[in-house]
Amino acid sequence: MFTLARCEFYRLFLSPLAWIILALSQLILAYLFLTHIDYFVQIQPKISAIPGAPGVTELVAIPLLNNAATVLLLITPLVTMRLIAEERRNESLSLLISAPLSVNQIVLGKYLGTFSFFVILLLLIMLMPLSLLTGSAVDLYQLAAGFLGLLLLLASFTAIGLFLSSLTKQPTIAAVSTFTTLFLLWILDWAGTSEVGEQTSLFAWLSLLRHFEPMLQGEVHSSDISYYLILICTFILLTIRRLDSERIN
Amino acid sequence: MIQPLLSAQSLSRSYGNQLAVNNVSFEVHKGEVLGLLGPNGAGKSTTMKMLSGNLAPNEGEITINGYDLIENPKQAKAHIGYLPEQPPLYKELSVGEFLNFCARINQIPRAKINSAVDMAIQQCGLSNVTKRLIGHLSKGYQQRVGIAQAIIHTPAVIILDEPTSGLDPIQIIEIRQLIRDIATEHSVILSTHILPEVQTLCDRVQIINQGQLLFNDTIDNLSQQMQTFSLLVDLTSPPPPEQLKQLDGVLSVETINNTQFRLHYHPDNNPTENLLNQAVSQHWQLQQLTPEQHSLEDVFMKIIKNEQPSNERAA
Repeated sequence: MFTLARCEFYRLFLSPLAWIILALSQLILAYLFLTHIDYFVQIQPKISAIPGAPGVTELVAIPLLNNAATVLLLITPLVTMRLIAEERRNESLSLLISAPLSVNQIVLGKYLGTFSFFVILLLLIMLMPLSLLTGSAVDLYQLAAGFLGLLLLLASFTAIGLFLSSLTKQPTIAAVSTFTTLFLLWILDWAGTSEVGEQTSLFAWLSLLRHFEPMLQGEVHSSDISYYLILICTFILLTIRRLDSERIN
Repeated sequence: MIQPLLSAQSLSRSYGNQLAVNNVSFEVHKGEVLGLLGPNGAGKSTTMKMLSGNLAPNEGEITINGYDLIENPKQAKAHIGYLPEQPPLYKELSVGEFLNFCARINQIPRAKINSAVDMAIQQCGLSNVTKRLIGHLSKGYQQRVGIAQAIIHTPAVIILDEPTSGLDPIQIIEIRQLIRDIATEHSVILSTHILPEVQTLCDRVQIINQGQLLFNDTIDNLSQQMQTFSLLVDLTSPPPPEQLKQLDGVLSVETINNTQFRLHYHPDNNPTENLLNQAVSQHWQLQQLTPEQHSLEDVFMKIIKNEQPSNERAA
């Protein structure tokens, strides 16, 4: 399983795709980071007099993580699309299936390999808010909560992408359907919030964004964490089922 | 009796309504090369996919080295090496990296990985290209990497699906030589639609058509089927065909052209010597005398054709 994860990870870095994704996402986020800082510097004299005013964490670090989530929503389908769809197209899947590995190991290996790529991406992104430490105090706890949220969000993106990649032979179809699914789950709570009152509707509960926002504010609820864990497990299990049934049908 | 390394019992598999493999059973013993022969779409690849665990049979069971493929897939799969029609390769890896990965997923102990990879590289003649990317290699070399991948964990049975398809004649000869080398240490099942390949490589042949096993015997018995009992003669000044027919042992005469005749005879009574004597004494001027042999193609067509009418009757 870890062999497979390592190979998946290694192969990702052999293709220019991984490097380009790392470089370009850094570029976009660094630009956004700078504009946030610029804005903060502009308004800092005005708000410094107000007691309890938002600090650098709220005004720079957290918006950055929020932006990162959106950028990652766009990036994940590109990385996960090839996971199984491409193997199927090159007919190399039989290499793994005829090896003494169970389907669980194959799926988990692929998942972990891809997820570790995203962890690296995330760590690189985190360097930006952490660099603020050189000039200012940062609320590390809030930042850690945001990091955890982003990590769980990414883990769910990867699981969904993995499953949709296992459904098709065409990586592009996998990418488009992953993007659609993620986007739909992202905006679902727009419908949810139109509901009256504080009552959480089903749509709002399903929304990826709804469970991510509290973590950005520094509130880590076990219900949010379990939402992500359930989502991840469901899609991994669905992928395993899908690969298993392929042998039978 | 020795337990067979691989045994398949009444395998059946259908895709939707179409029956691809119908009640096929066979066994492979240690050190044996089994050829699965059949026209395209006969069910060869489906059978091989089932043997390698890529496809579950609708019915029947497969035992590899004593392990049931469905109940103990991990142990059973550890004893097979499989090369599908399209070699399963990661084209962005180099040959060495790829084989190293294959060794790992086949659960070769860490300490033995390097020696296993070296062995496979040496055996498949890949030492010149270890550092090159698989995607940059020629089809013949890619096929070799595919074979190296299948033998790296020294499995008991190696399953090769059309190993020589799409190669040029020189590569075909090289791959056949390689398969022959491998067969000294492993049992091999290979599928092909090229008949001479079976003749040169296999100990035992199975002919499969429309998902059914039509013939399952040793290559020697197949060769016996290939014997016909006819002579091709070329006489510059031939006698009338009636006179040839009156020779002792000749059953019938077929006139091919003015000088060439085909004489059919009974296997117990070979007229060759008689014919020679007559030809010399009567100045028929014998130019050619060839005992005829059916080609494997003829036998193959005969077996397939013989079976078809009976199928239709059954249906």
